[in-house]
Amino acid sequence: MSQPREQVIVITGARKGIGRFLAEHYLGNGHHVAGCSRKDSDLSHDRYTHYCLDVADETAAQQMFSDIAEKQGRLDVLVNNAGIASMNHVLLTSTSKAKEIMETNFIGTFVMCREAARLMKKNRFGRIVNLASVATPLKLEGEAVYAASKAAVISFTQVVAKELAAFGITVNAVGPTPIETDLIKSVPKEKLDQLIGLQAIKRTGTFSDVANVVDFLIRPESEFITGQVIFLGGV
Amino acid sequence: MADRERILQAVYRAVDELNKQLPKGVAVNKSPDAVLYGKTGKLESIDVVTLIMEVEDQIKAEFGTSITIADDRAMSRENSPFLTVGSLSDYVAELLN
Repeated sequence: MSQPREQVIVITGARKGIGRFLAEHYLGNGHHVAGCSRKDSDLSHDRYTHYCLDVADETAAQQMFSDIAEKQGRLDVLVNNAGIASMNHVLLTSTSKAKEIMETNFIGTFVMCREAARLMKKNRFGRIVNLASVATPLKLEGEAVYAASKAAVISFTQVVAKELAAFGITVNAVGPTPIETDLIKSVPKEKLDQLIGLQAIKRTGTFSDVANVVDFLIRPESEFITGQVIFLGGV
Repeated sequence: MADRERILQAVYRAVDELNKQLPKGVAVNKSPDAVLYGKTGKLESIDVVTLIMEVEDQIKAEFGTSITIADDRAMSRENSPFLTVGSLSDYVAELLN
């Protein structure tokens, strides 16, 4: 199915970091962007709408997608970027923190995928990109719960890709290396250097590195690519 | 209109939506006896997924209530609620009540 040049794109966790960059990137390319985050955003643009919600709150998510359906009539792309991390030794990690990480990173991705796909299905076209992490394949010590939550996102991506293929919806994931964002601000420098040392290409990632992969995965021409996980930096 | 009739009409609207997406020559009749799934059913499992989703949407539009049709309760029944349009409507009525 041919798609209009202006796509309708939902980006979770759009207030700052990678999500904010992607929102501005796609607005700059002429698309309509709906972003969400728990707190309000100062991003102002005539093609941008912000929704204050928790990605794991299914009622709030349903309201957001109903509103998008009403205003835009369709949804082309979902980027599940919202995520939280907490570096800690497993012996010192509380159950409540573990649940919080799983709620946002996995349940949030699940809820958003399900609701987005219900809308995308009507047009028999959709592109979903989930944010994974190199923490999973690198099996990073101190990030057991975070890595496990992203492992769940990877498995989910690969299975859901099969379940949604019949509806013209592709589901892929991009796994960034460390990027200078709030997510890693509490990680000690020597730990980061050690981590970057495990990559084939030894530098921190940039927002543009992530946008480049997302651009590729959401192109209408990428209709034959689904269930894939692309890790950055040669991990 | 009684709730029962409103439910049936909502299921019929879902059937209309499903039929638009089915291959030529395959369609579900708008009748309580119409077979959906099982040995004599014409639908693929993915079509049943579509129908259930459409029914959930139509019920929400008609009654303002979100229901989840395909839960453990539905799956573990001796007589599947997904066999006919009528059994599906009955099950939706149960959920709404």
